[in-house]
Amino acid sequence: MKGIIHFVRGYGFSQGHEAGKYTFPFVLLLLAVSVFAAAANTFLPVDSALYVSTYTITLLGKYLCYAMLALAVDIIWGYCGILSLGHGAFFALGGYGMGMYLMRQIGDRGVYGHPVLPDFMVFLDWQTLPWFWQGMDHFGFAMLMALFVPGLLAFVFGWLAFRSRVTGVYLSIMTQALTYALLLSFFRNEMGFGGNNGLTDFKEILGFDLQADSTRVSLFLITALLLVVLLLVSQRILSSQFGKVIVAIRDAEPRARFLGYRTERYKVWLFVYSAVIAGIAGALYVPQVGIINPSEFSPINSIEIVIWVAVGGRGTLIGAILGALLVNYAKTRFTAILPDAWLFALGALFVLVTLYLPQGLIGLVSQIKHKWQQVRRKEVGA
Amino acid sequence: MKYLIVLCCFLHVFLQPAHAALEIESHREADLYTELAGAKLNKMIPILVELETLKGEQILPLFTLLMAGNLYYVKADKALVGKANEQGATSYKSVFTQEERPELGKKDVKKVRVNNKLRSHLRTAIARIQLTSTSPVVREKAVRTLLAKLDPKTIVLLADRYAIEPHREVKNAIKLALALYTATQTQQSISDRVMAIETLSTSLENQVRNTLVQLTQDTHQPIALAAQKSLTQIEQRAQRFALVDKLFFGLSLGSVLLLASIGLAITFGVMGVINMAHGEMIMLGAYTTYVVQLMMPNYIDYSLIVAIPAAFVVSGLMGILVERLVICRLHGRPLETLLATFGISLILQQLVRTVFSPLNRQVSTPSWMSGSWEINPVLSLTLNRLYILAFSLAIFFLLVMILKKTSLGLNVRAVAQNRAMAKVMGVKTHRVDALTFGLGSGIAGIAGVALSQLTNVGPNLGQAYIIDSFMVVVFGGVGNLLGTLVAAFSLGIGTKFLEPITGAVLASIIVLVFIILFIQKRPKGLFPQKGRAAE
Amino acid sequence: MIKLDTARQLLRRDRIWPFLMPEQPTIDVGNQMILYVEGLTLSFDGFKALNNLNLYIKDGELRCLIGANGAGKTTLMDVITGKTQCDSGSVFFGQNHNLLEKDEASIAQLGIGRKFQKPTVFEAQTVYDNLMLALKQDKRVLPVLFSQLIHSEKVKSKKAKSKKTKSQKACIDETLQTIGLAEHAFAQAGTLSHGQKQWLEIGMLLVSDSRLLLIDEPVAGMTAEETERTAELLTSLAGERTVIVVEHDMEFVRRIANTVTVLHQGAVLAEGTMAQIQANQEVIEVYLGKEEQKPEQDKQVGAAP
Repeated sequence: MKGIIHFVRGYGFSQGHEAGKYTFPFVLLLLAVSVFAAAANTFLPVDSALYVSTYTITLLGKYLCYAMLALAVDIIWGYCGILSLGHGAFFALGGYGMGMYLMRQIGDRGVYGHPVLPDFMVFLDWQTLPWFWQGMDHFGFAMLMALFVPGLLAFVFGWLAFRSRVTGVYLSIMTQALTYALLLSFFRNEMGFGGNNGLTDFKEILGFDLQADSTRVSLFLITALLLVVLLLVSQRILSSQFGKVIVAIRDAEPRARFLGYRTERYKVWLFVYSAVIAGIAGALYVPQVGIINPSEFSPINSIEIVIWVAVGGRGTLIGAILGALLVNYAKTRFTAILPDAWLFALGALFVLVTLYLPQGLIGLVSQIKHKWQQVRRKEVGA
Repeated sequence: MKYLIVLCCFLHVFLQPAHAALEIESHREADLYTELAGAKLNKMIPILVELETLKGEQILPLFTLLMAGNLYYVKADKALVGKANEQGATSYKSVFTQEERPELGKKDVKKVRVNNKLRSHLRTAIARIQLTSTSPVVREKAVRTLLAKLDPKTIVLLADRYAIEPHREVKNAIKLALALYTATQTQQSISDRVMAIETLSTSLENQVRNTLVQLTQDTHQPIALAAQKSLTQIEQRAQRFALVDKLFFGLSLGSVLLLASIGLAITFGVMGVINMAHGEMIMLGAYTTYVVQLMMPNYIDYSLIVAIPAAFVVSGLMGILVERLVICRLHGRPLETLLATFGISLILQQLVRTVFSPLNRQVSTPSWMSGSWEINPVLSLTLNRLYILAFSLAIFFLLVMILKKTSLGLNVRAVAQNRAMAKVMGVKTHRVDALTFGLGSGIAGIAGVALSQLTNVGPNLGQAYIIDSFMVVVFGGVGNLLGTLVAAFSLGIGTKFLEPITGAVLASIIVLVFIILFIQKRPKGLFPQKGRAAE
Repeated sequence: MIKLDTARQLLRRDRIWPFLMPEQPTIDVGNQMILYVEGLTLSFDGFKALNNLNLYIKDGELRCLIGANGAGKTTLMDVITGKTQCDSGSVFFGQNHNLLEKDEASIAQLGIGRKFQKPTVFEAQTVYDNLMLALKQDKRVLPVLFSQLIHSEKVKSKKAKSKKTKSQKACIDETLQTIGLAEHAFAQAGTLSHGQKQWLEIGMLLVSDSRLLLIDEPVAGMTAEETERTAELLTSLAGERTVIVVEHDMEFVRRIANTVTVLHQGAVLAEGTMAQIQANQEVIEVYLGKEEQKPEQDKQVGAAP
């Protein structure tokens, strides 16, 4: 019996434990809000007080994609201590996978009306479809690529980096260089991804019109559902023995190695898992915003993801999601009211959170709770 | 006394007609000017020719003004004036006396129009005139200009000059021009032409190469062969110089990388801190240059000398401020430091946008830095790059000296090697950290002064260099200044040699990927620190 | 004809290719020796950290390594556990495992455990989790990923198959008692005192069921009572396991050691019982003579990264 208690209690660890308790209510809340928003958009009349506009739905869908991306970064940074400044690259690669599919779906409805080639290729006077565009008109295959390519890149990069024990700031700089190199490459027209303009003017996905309200609401709901699924799966993985090894690697990698764990393999697989999540987020993002271009690769985007996680609280998956939603909501409001002030606010956020909120908002909440409990205990004692 | 009277009489008799002739000439001259003012484009060449024969060297100011399209005439009296632009204000001056004509406004004058044909005529005319200049440099340049349009009249002029020319290089240039002319003349004997073609093989001039290419198609076999041979020789030499040119551009890029990354090498090497705001320290330096130039608009030539210490102080103080307020509180947490300094970089960028506008600012180049050093027709090194190359090396050695010879340097090295031990030994590590950070940032500011001479000064200036600078530091090996030097120049040269093959963007991608792979192979860079202290 | 012979040779049925040979899980301790260190040399930038060092450890022995700072004690441990590559020499675990060919993880899986000079535990996790991570089990990625899932099902269905889990649990509980941390089983390791962390690290070595334990300064920062208990524990371990202890506390060494090896400038200076060592003139000259001030200095260096 004591063993079982040990077992169950040993299940959640440190910061994960605290958040693990809230996972279930959080998931319910997230789903409830999403379903309510979707229903309000679909069934309520436009003049109703509770009506949610399609614009808002799309905006929320965008936030949820960002939340998924933050989840990916938190898994690798919060739990394994690997600060990736290049997760935007995996996100963008996933997005390009989806973008290529959507591009092929345009068919002959493009400006030049070519039956196979996307407009930008006709413009560049290309005669045939490049090999990597073959098969991207099949949804399943395109989605597989949207997951496989980020995963493969993460595997190759991670395998090289972790095997040669590149860690800490070195690794961060390398990931930044990686996304920068991809940024430069995707700007080139010769790459065959639409160069500067990227991929846009999408018409439909799986036969559904992308501009239709119902499609947008469905995409939003799918995003919410996938976010919940990924959150639960990640929570499960990270609270398993595997997750404990990951945290052990974060805190004392040499110790873990001398206990017989091949830490580089653990890190590589976690990195791949995280990259695939980022890829999924990217693939869901593109049909909702209607464009993917090389600026998604820019290093500043990747570093912004990190601040979402930091604000919410790293090492807690819910914290990462909350952080992403909060910061992006603030960004939308700020840029509408005071466009110039946003960068000041973002910069200050970076400084203040690292200085005064190392555990993020979730950490702050649990600190306050802890204090309050202490006070209460004292009162009870007295 | 008697002698004197005789002399006077003699002079009087002798000078009288000359004086009269002079007067007639000046009349004709005035007419010509008036004619020029109203002439149609196709009637102008004869006027110019006559003016040239009449006035010789003195006509030069008029020709140069006309050539530059700055020659105007006053509507009222058809007097010729030159337009001058000084500090944005337009003024008109009479052509020969340089007397200001303040009463003239934009509406009182009309431009004397020129077209390409006229310009080409003017160019050779100016060159012909300059052939008699006192400066051998001007004379040589004139001869080279004349190569473009050799006609019998010019050749006679050149041949005459050849006979009396004292300067060797000008003489060589004239010889070349004569040979070029001879080579193309079909009435010359074949042996003469072949000899002329052989003479041409020493030249790198474009005209010579074009002519030789034409001559390879010549119907006379020996001439075609000789032309081919000379051409090959020229091509080989040109390629060698092209290589030197590429090397120079590589070194120049390397010097920029060195300047941008050396401050980073210090802060990263000593404090283990990644300063993401390093690029913004560079940007601050560049803006300091801009502000200094705003404050001393009449002394642009000296502005850089003021800007260098000013930029060092501005960026250095900002660095110390950042270190005291943020970085020292995040000690031992390198990843958090990275994020916080990134926040600072965002704030600084936005600050500059708010204060100076998001647009690029114009920083002018002092006259002593503009222009280029023309070694020969295919190789000319721009002076600003040359100065910056020398400057970057000077800064590098100065820094090495500071680290090696001063007590600050000793403390910095001690902290870099073993922070805890240095602290125990009584080194004030906090002070050393702040000073190190100030030094690194200050040097970034100096780099900004140099960069303001090469690129646009805008809020994103720093962003463009930050990743490259990190690559340089990581590639060279952290905590090793020599490694940074080697890394900066090898990456610079590597990029410039790749560029012609792959294009600029692909070249930087290849270099980035190369470094990413290199770091996997040697995580500690080119020159790693060894031993237990390194861990 | 010759070619045919070669081919026949190649195709002989009884031939076993080296890469097909199963990795021998057992450790061949034929000559009653478990560790052979021969001719080990390693230099950092000209400084010889190890200089033609030879060391043989008997199976089941408790050996103490002493020596001044920079004598090469920690470096030797680094080489044995695969952290540092040596320039030349050989290190064999039993007669059949060349340790120089292996990385840290496989050396650990062979059964060589190590306690660091500075106590290193997973601070964000509980004492119980720390021990669980150290358990001897399949430590590859996939088995670890699914092990917990299977476990939890077992817990739910309470199937009888969980015998192994039970024995592991028993092992952890027993170890918790041994290291005196039973009450702190679910405290975060980061909240433990310095001495307790030392104990936890030793506990991690115990549950990992290592055959050879390399223990770097086990009693630094411990009270006299704790030191006494450590001494008891280490002596009780010897016999079943082989223990190599590096320690500066001469009282402690005297208390536990049968055989003491003195290292000096990367090589073995003397080897023998404590009495022999104390009588050795050379040892007194280079090491024991300065005994009083040594531990003090060592702590400072230990604190330096």
